[in-house]
Parts: sequence; C-alpha cells; structure tokens
Amino acid sequence: MFQKFIKLTTAFALSTGVAVPAYAELSGTLRITSDMSNPAPRAVMEKMAADFDAMHPNLSVDLTVIDREGWKTQIRNSLSANAPDVVNWYAATRMKPYVDAGLFMDISDLWNEPEMAALASTKGAMTLDGKQWGVPYTYYQWGVYYRQDIFGKLGLSEPKNWSEELSNCQALLDAGVKCYSIGTKFLWTAGGWFDYINSRTNGYDFHIELATGQVAWTDDRVRAAFANWRQLIDMGAFIDDHQTYSWQEALPFVIDGKAAAYLMGNFAVAPLRAGGLTDDQLDFYQFPVINSDVDYAEDAPTDTFHIASGAKNVEAAKAFLLYVTSPDVQTEINSGDALGQLPVNAKASVSDDKFIQQGFDMLSNNAGGGIMQFFDRDFPAEMASVGMEGLQEFMVFPDNLDDILERLEDARQRIYN
Amino acid sequence: MPSDSTGSPKFNNWYRRNEIAITPWLFLIPAVLFFATYVIVPIGQSFWISFHMWDGLGEKTFIGMGNYERLLGLGDQKMDRKFETSFWNNLKWLVLYLLAIPLGLFIALFLNQTVAGIRLYKSLFFFPFVISQVVVGLVFSWFYLPNDGLFDVLMSWFGIDIRGGVLGNPKTATYGIIAAGLWPQTAYCMILYLTGLNSVDPEQVEAGRLDGAKGFRMLWYVILPQLRPATFIAFVVTIIGALRSFDFIAVMTNGGPFGSTRVLSFFMFEESLSEFGFRMGYGAAIAVVLFFIMLGFIAYFLFQMWHDEKESR
Repeated sequence: MFQKFIKLTTAFALSTGVAVPAYAELSGTLRITSDMSNPAPRAVMEKMAADFDAMHPNLSVDLTVIDREGWKTQIRNSLSANAPDVVNWYAATRMKPYVDAGLFMDISDLWNEPEMAALASTKGAMTLDGKQWGVPYTYYQWGVYYRQDIFGKLGLSEPKNWSEELSNCQALLDAGVKCYSIGTKFLWTAGGWFDYINSRTNGYDFHIELATGQVAWTDDRVRAAFANWRQLIDMGAFIDDHQTYSWQEALPFVIDGKAAAYLMGNFAVAPLRAGGLTDDQLDFYQFPVINSDVDYAEDAPTDTFHIASGAKNVEAAKAFLLYVTSPDVQTEINSGDALGQLPVNAKASVSDDKFIQQGFDMLSNNAGGGIMQFFDRDFPAEMASVGMEGLQEFMVFPDNLDDILERLEDARQRIYN
Repeated sequence: MPSDSTGSPKFNNWYRRNEIAITPWLFLIPAVLFFATYVIVPIGQSFWISFHMWDGLGEKTFIGMGNYERLLGLGDQKMDRKFETSFWNNLKWLVLYLLAIPLGLFIALFLNQTVAGIRLYKSLFFFPFVISQVVVGLVFSWFYLPNDGLFDVLMSWFGIDIRGGVLGNPKTATYGIIAAGLWPQTAYCMILYLTGLNSVDPEQVEAGRLDGAKGFRMLWYVILPQLRPATFIAFVVTIIGALRSFDFIAVMTNGGPFGSTRVLSFFMFEESLSEFGFRMGYGAAIAVVLFFIMLGFIAYFLFQMWHDEKESR
C-alpha cells in the first residue's frame, strides 16, 4: 500500500514536473517497438511501458517486443510501413541510414528542454548533421574482465602499460594459461580489440578519422596498430580456434581458468557470475596504455530510443523519451537488479555493483581521449562488416595483413564517396 | 427458358460457342494471376533494382550496369572476390551434393529386403530428413567442434589435426557443411529409390536372371533403367537442395571463417538484407546472376522432361 502510494506520488510528481508544462494532456495510443528481448531488459521495458501507461489515464501504451538480433534487420521494414511511434536503436553512425532516409524524427527541440542538460555528455553520440535524432537510455563500459585469483597466484598485477601487459601475458602462458579468451565467430568481438589497440596506439581522433573514411587503411599508423596486436597473436595470447566460438561459447575458458582475461562489455559479468565466479575471483581493469602520448579512449556503446518520422502520436512519444531519461527512471532501470548498466542522466544514481562502479569511475575520470561507440557503430555498416571480417582473418592468419588492408582500402574508397 | 433467368442470352450464346477454348483459361486464371504477382513481377523488379544503387530506404540512383561491372569484374574492374568464392562454393555444392544419389540408391538397395523390423530400420534411415535443417546443422557443428568434438577426436586417432577445427579452417569448412547437408539429402534420395524399387517389374528381374544376369550387371542393365523416373526426381531435388544450402551455412558458420563458406544466395542476403547489408542494387545483381545459373539447370530439366514425354508417347 505504502509502496503504491510512493509510486503514485512519483508518477504525479513526474507528470506535473516533466510532462505537464510542455505536453498538457496525453491521449490516444503510444505504440512502442522495442528490441529489449532478453529476460532482464524485457522486464524493464514492460515495467516502463506499464508505468507510463498508468501515469497518463487517457493514453494507452501499446508495446511490441522484438528479438534483439531480429530487430537489426526488421527495423527498416518497421520504419518504412505503418511505423510505430517509438523504437529502439543504437547511437552514432549506426543511426545514419535511417537519418539519411528520413525515417527518424529530428528531435533537436526536445534536447533544448532544460531537463536534457543532464544528458549533455551523450549529446554528441546522438548528433548527426548538427541535429539530434534520439535519446540514450543506457550505456556500459568495455574493458578487461580478468581472473583476480589466477593473477594473484602468479603474483601478477593489473597491467598499466604495454610492456607490463606483454610480460603479464608471457607469465600466464608459461603457467599454461591463455591470456585472453575471445570468440570471433560472429566477428564483432574482434572489432572491440581493434578499437582498443588502434585508439591506444594512434589516439581517439585518428580512430574516428579512420571510421569516417578520412584515413587510408594502408596508412603506416594503421599498420603500427596491427603490429602491436600481432605481438599478442604471435605469443599465442588468444585461445585457439576462436573463429569457431561465439562470445558466449568463449566464456567457459575464463570460468574454467583456461584463459585469464576477457576483453568485453559489462554484459559479460552476469553470465560469468552465473557460471560460478565470485567477485573475489573476477575483477576489472582498464585496457593498458600503449602509446603514452595519447589519452585513454573507451568503448562505451549507448542504446537509444528514437521517434519514427511516421509517428502518429508525437506528443506522447516525446513525453515518453523525457520520462525514460528522467533521473528516477534512469536510476531504476539501470540498477543492478534491472539492466545493471550505467545511467545516462548525470542526476541519476549509479548502482553500487562493483563492476558498474569501476566502469562509471573509469568513464567519468579516466577517458579523456573520448568515448567510442564500438566498431560496428562508429564505422558505416558496410565498412564495419568488411572490416570485422578482415580483423577476424588477421587474428587467425596474421601473415595475410597486406592483402586484408588492401581489401579494406578498396572497400573504403567505394563506401565513403 | 427457366435456366436463363440471369445473364444476357447474348453472352451465354457466345460462351457456349467458345466453351472448349475458354474454360481452360478460366481455370488457369487464379494460378496465372498468383504466379505473375508473386514470381514473374518480383523477378522483373529484381532486374530493375539491379541497375540501381539503393540502400533499401532512400531514393534509388540509376547506375546502369555498374553493379554487374563491379560484381563480375567487367571492364577495368577486378571481379568481386566475395563473388568468386561464392561462385566456386556453389559449384562445389552442386557437384558434391550429387553424391547423395548413389548413396541413397545404395542404402535403398540394402534396405529393400524383408527381415523382421525392416520398417523400423527404414524409418530410422529416413529420420535425418524429418528433422529440421537447422537442427542438423547445429548437431554437425558440435560434431566438428575443435578439441571436444567427436570428429576431432576420431581424426586425432589417425594423427590428423585440422587447424581451427573443420568449420574454423577456410580450407575444410565448405566440405564440412556439404557433408552435413548430405546426411538428410541421402535419406531423401533413399526414400525415392525405395518407392521406385517397389515398382520394379519382378518378371523382368526373373527374365534377366534366366539370361544369367547377376550382381552389378543385373543392377546396371535391368534395375536402374526401371528406376529412371526415381533417378530423375532424385537429381532434381538434389540440385534444388544444393542451391538451398543457405540454412546450413547460416547456422554452421554464418559464411565464415572470413567469408570462405559463402554461396551466392548467402552472399545476396548478406549484401542486401543482413544486419550490415544496405546494398539492395548489388544484392539484386547477385540474385540475377543466380537466376541465370538456375535457369540453365531448369531449362535442362524441362528439356529432359519434354524429351521423355515425347518418347513415351
């Protein structure tokens, strides 16, 4: 009863404080198509929809949840014919095809609302052509998740720079443990490695120039990054036969102690814990410095909400976007027992989970170089797909590098003109 | 004229006079209509789209033969390497998949006997065709797993180590998938031959035996000619099966490692419809090329069927 009272008052406060001034009385139907189909995100999305529905008596929220992988291909049909009002998608260049085709609504006016000031740090990732095309609702850090107990047993500490990294790795290999687990069957995991190696070698700005097609793939700086990567590959740092595993299938190597670390997004923590690793065994460190002249840049992919340009209930859609990004909702949906990720609103509070705290600290205080969205979101779709295939091939046959780079360069010249 | 209360007598007379000529067309109209809407028109659209640069969302730009030049390496361009790999893989599929026919025949001959429980054995042999291709693909990908997979264990007894596992090695991956596909396809051919064997004329077999035919000669000169219809159907479904290899590839390797197991249909899907595919025009051009390859086969079948019918008349 008491809880219900609280909920009602928050709902009231929200609806008066946020929605009422700009959007007096919402009515009709708000149609949301979401890709939050995994169990925990689905529960979050369903609760948000139900709460928003309850806040607005004259509005009914119609939620459709589509399989997350399936949505990546279905979104174009969904947006072109009989579009819903609100959809999920990803930040940065990944929005471009839909922005260019005029399928996402320009919501720059929404970003001018005073409440949105608390989201300033994510504004860049939502901006294309000087306008904003959606709002973020969650993001998460990437980094190295490693077996603290194995490191402890061998007397190793978290590496801070590349030479420590290499000597750590050699010590692990001498002890019969692979340094890194990875599963590249679906390619994108190799993209994460390239993001880090390239941005640590050449810096964030160079990485983004490469992503936007301003630098040739055959450039010597790109080769330098690959040469650094190759040091690890030639040592045998990565598990064997990784091209046959998905990222999930590569998890048991870490759980069984056959590999000591895993470069991954924070979403890997849940399955690693479920696999039996305790917080005493599992820890996190920031990817080490390679070139001390460049600042840390971090992968922190942002998931987003957008309004379709064919939306029928724009008023309600905008109110929903404000609702999703409001501090209370941000705190709630990103908490440890919900999404377990980082809130996008600076006024929201961060979960006290060990990994979320470390990630938050890293991204707020130690990512001066910039925030990358991830290989397949920063690079245009076609470049990303050709690129990741090349990266996988490089990890298996590093000798093919010249051929791979030529192929990527060929693709770059076609794609960006 | 009580029966003529509706419709004009004039039309009725015209229809009566031409009934024989018109009625077949009336019956054909629904089929023709649907075939045109769902097959002929989309084929035409694919041809049209293949002359454009289009991301599937925005405006189309006409570029003439641009997509084909890039794909097939016409003019001063190099042939798209992905196309080259896909094309050769398609050929490998077509040729090796035909192994299903002799294998199916062999199993059918083996099972064509009367012992206790033969129905059970037959259904067990037929089992792989009943389960979904996706499941077959998944089971085989476990079978091929490096280190833990049964196949790798078997191979290690012979001292053979395939680097990266069967599906992780670009040299072996396509053959691994074809072998997985052969399993259900063999079962299919077996069923076709089993039904065919039922209709083999025992008198001819008897006559052959009197003339001293035995073993292989009996099979080759007496049985196989009578199985010709079954062989023809087995050939057709196997070729079609080879061209429908998409499911196996998607499940087992997703086109990898580094795109070495792509076939044309998978390549087309990847370029135009997959997560990162926004080249509708290019995908359509691949579809057109695939269409002509298939047309070659279909023309051959149609000719063969027409030929057979003419002979039997």
